[in-house]
Amino acid sequence: MAIDFLYPEFEVVRDQSRCIACRVCERQCANEVHSYDEDLKLMVSDESRCVNCHRCVSLCPTRALKIIKSPHTFRENANWTQDAIQEVYRQANSGAVLLSSMGNPKQFPVYWDKILINASQVTNPSIDPLREPMETRVFLGKKPTNITRDQNGKIKTDLPPQLELELPILFSAMSYGSISYNAHESLARAAVEMGTYYNTGEGGLHKDFYKYGAHTIVQVASGRFGVHKDYLEQGAAIEIKMGQGAKPGIGGHLPGTKITGDVSATRMIPEGTDAISPAPHHDIYSIEDLRQLVYSLKEATEYKKPIIVKVAAVHNIAAIASGIARSGADIIAIDGFRGGTGAAPTRIRDNVGIPIELALASVDQRLREEGIRNEVSLIAGGSIRNSADVVKAIALGADAVYIATGALLALGCHLCRTCQTGKCNWGIATQRPDLVKRLNPDIGCRRLINLLTAWEHEIKEFMGGMGINSIESLKGNRLMLRGVGKKKKELSILGIAHAGE
Amino acid sequence: MKKEGEIRIPSGCAIAGVFAKDGKNINGGLIVRAMTTMHERSNGLGGGFAGYGIYPQYKDLYALHVFYDNMTARSECEKFIDEMFEIVNLSKIPIRKSPKITDEPLIWRYFVTPHQNKLADSQLDEKEYMVRCVIRINTKYTGSYVFSCGKNMGVFKAVGYPEDVGEFYRLDEYEGYSWTAHGRYPTNTPGWWGGAHPFSMLDYSIVHNGEISSYDANRRFIEMFGYKCTLLTDTEVITYIIDFLLRHEKLTLEETAAVIAAPFWDTIERKTPDEAARYKYLRNVFSSLLITGPFSILLGFEGGMMALNDRLKLRSMVVGEKGDMTYFASEECAIRMMEPNVDNLWSPRGGEPVIVRLNGGVNHGN
Repeated sequence: MAIDFLYPEFEVVRDQSRCIACRVCERQCANEVHSYDEDLKLMVSDESRCVNCHRCVSLCPTRALKIIKSPHTFRENANWTQDAIQEVYRQANSGAVLLSSMGNPKQFPVYWDKILINASQVTNPSIDPLREPMETRVFLGKKPTNITRDQNGKIKTDLPPQLELELPILFSAMSYGSISYNAHESLARAAVEMGTYYNTGEGGLHKDFYKYGAHTIVQVASGRFGVHKDYLEQGAAIEIKMGQGAKPGIGGHLPGTKITGDVSATRMIPEGTDAISPAPHHDIYSIEDLRQLVYSLKEATEYKKPIIVKVAAVHNIAAIASGIARSGADIIAIDGFRGGTGAAPTRIRDNVGIPIELALASVDQRLREEGIRNEVSLIAGGSIRNSADVVKAIALGADAVYIATGALLALGCHLCRTCQTGKCNWGIATQRPDLVKRLNPDIGCRRLINLLTAWEHEIKEFMGGMGINSIESLKGNRLMLRGVGKKKKELSILGIAHAGE
Repeated sequence: MKKEGEIRIPSGCAIAGVFAKDGKNINGGLIVRAMTTMHERSNGLGGGFAGYGIYPQYKDLYALHVFYDNMTARSECEKFIDEMFEIVNLSKIPIRKSPKITDEPLIWRYFVTPHQNKLADSQLDEKEYMVRCVIRINTKYTGSYVFSCGKNMGVFKAVGYPEDVGEFYRLDEYEGYSWTAHGRYPTNTPGWWGGAHPFSMLDYSIVHNGEISSYDANRRFIEMFGYKCTLLTDTEVITYIIDFLLRHEKLTLEETAAVIAAPFWDTIERKTPDEAARYKYLRNVFSSLLITGPFSILLGFEGGMMALNDRLKLRSMVVGEKGDMTYFASEECAIRMMEPNVDNLWSPRGGEPVIVRLNGGVNHGN
């Protein structure tokens, strides 16, 4: 084998005194790390194949395994880090763009963690969510404030189409193809159960899931994979994907290895072909073109469904959002640079886009300054990691949030960031039938419901502490937030005061 | 120390109101006496009153009540008033000097009507013109503050205990069909007269007891519609919300109550489908105007008064009736002071508006 200068990133540590050579690890590892040496009568490992997904660790019945970061290092260099050196080796080996998955893992500020939430003391009471009603219902869609009345003076209650959510959290777009049938089924059923929505992503909608249509957001992306009349009509809302936080400015990429059987049929493309969606929509080169697509989709679905326009958080996001708000969209979804993906060029993922906290704050403020905040609802995503992030996002001005990485974690994802290989040992980001069946949708659905239920409890505790008993009074309520350890400029963009002020 | 408008100051309070449905004149002294019984609910850092029907001789003119820090501010502001309005009468508001009320600003009163050509040029209706002019003075004219601008009504407020404020403004010399009163217990000490309550806009005046938790959500929404919250107080934002809903959106008082103290979803779901659809519509469209946290408010307006509590009833409020008279107060003692023998007395439920109008029956809400 030619020298590739790459040394394995992880070590597989096996406690031979515990190992009973049951070979579970061997059967479970799609990367073929583990094997049984007949001569030695021992399990052995090829750690160069290990992605640190913990499948073997989790299933080892004697807890004989652990995966550790290899202590093997280059000579220390603050500039040429190990990653930087190895990436050069990799590209010199392959001549190719580096591919990665999931969100930007680099050391950028996480603003959520520098924001603190208020609570009532003395001058007004906190409210106990175990004893008092605490409401988290949210409507997404345009809210025109021009009341009309019938001849009896009763208010006419017609409104542009709305999505009604029992809690302000939706599952973000993940295509069938990038994730498995069972993962989709888990998301769809959990969305139904929790009174919220999941999102097909750009890969079309499997016929089996049409029955969950009332809780499905169908996506129209630049590749138009799987888009047809029935598909549009199934959804509760239609999302035009202009961009994605993990890879702003470029299209989707699903490797041919994942385009099998049903995925191929659902996407309406041949098996085994790479599904590469164009960087732009080729019918949208400007904002006036977006308006045409928005209205084409509205025409096609008789103005019964809200249209979401999803964009990546980029430098000029406030102006872009203002343009979208004026182009007929009902909802804008903004995806921060930490948003996940099934496959993205590493350089793009790690260097393009801006944090969702800043993007959300500036968009909400801009839309208010222009007096058009009511024209659209805002969904913030990429990345919302827990209920505190949800509360902070809403207080900054979001109507609701998208979660995806968090949902995959609930399904068992271990964030090994190798979705693009299609060999997900957890049955999530794979199409190999033997792997897909490892994810039981009954259990997956239950775990997602548990996650959202737990977050809902926590959100209610936060709200009660603030003396707020309905989520709409939290929306844009930035007085409930304070920053710590951030510069004046950052706080002014976030529109919040420093702690102690 | 930052004054009101530079910092947000929560406060607890006492409120009271009295309304004569037959329109008979009530002496301002009555409401002042009612406030004395609730002395402990204030801390001397703000008191005020609003009276309706008090300027019958000028009932078609807007009465501007203005605080000036000094004569320079006054002359600057008067230039603007003169430019925008025809001034029919101007004078100092008569006061009775008292050691209990000190550091008073210059307090002036103008009876005005918009210059017709200016009004036509502005392409605004008369009320909107008034509102914009008042907001202009309060935001652009340093040292000038318009604290009352309705027709045939007026607000009187100061730093001090409410009973002393009533004495200071000689309210026993005014008569009107409707009065509200406020005693303030701020958790901070701004000592600024403009920060006392009632807060008013046109003929709407609000006295409020509570600290709302939805403040910034409400403020950031209402500011989209041309309002500017300069005082950062709950009462100010509540007044703007009510002005917006009643005047811009033409909602009824009941509908307004259903926005700001919206029924819970499970209550809405128990209503008839038609009603439920309307409540849902109001909660959805005006979701950012829901007010959470404790409040009890008295909204005074031309020809009526509305009392409303937050939907959990986190602040006390009692209503009493005697003949054509209706009494409202944070505590029953204040009602008993005004009328010892009320016919009935009750504590309205959270979110349930109590509305009284001239020559109309008492509306106990929905």
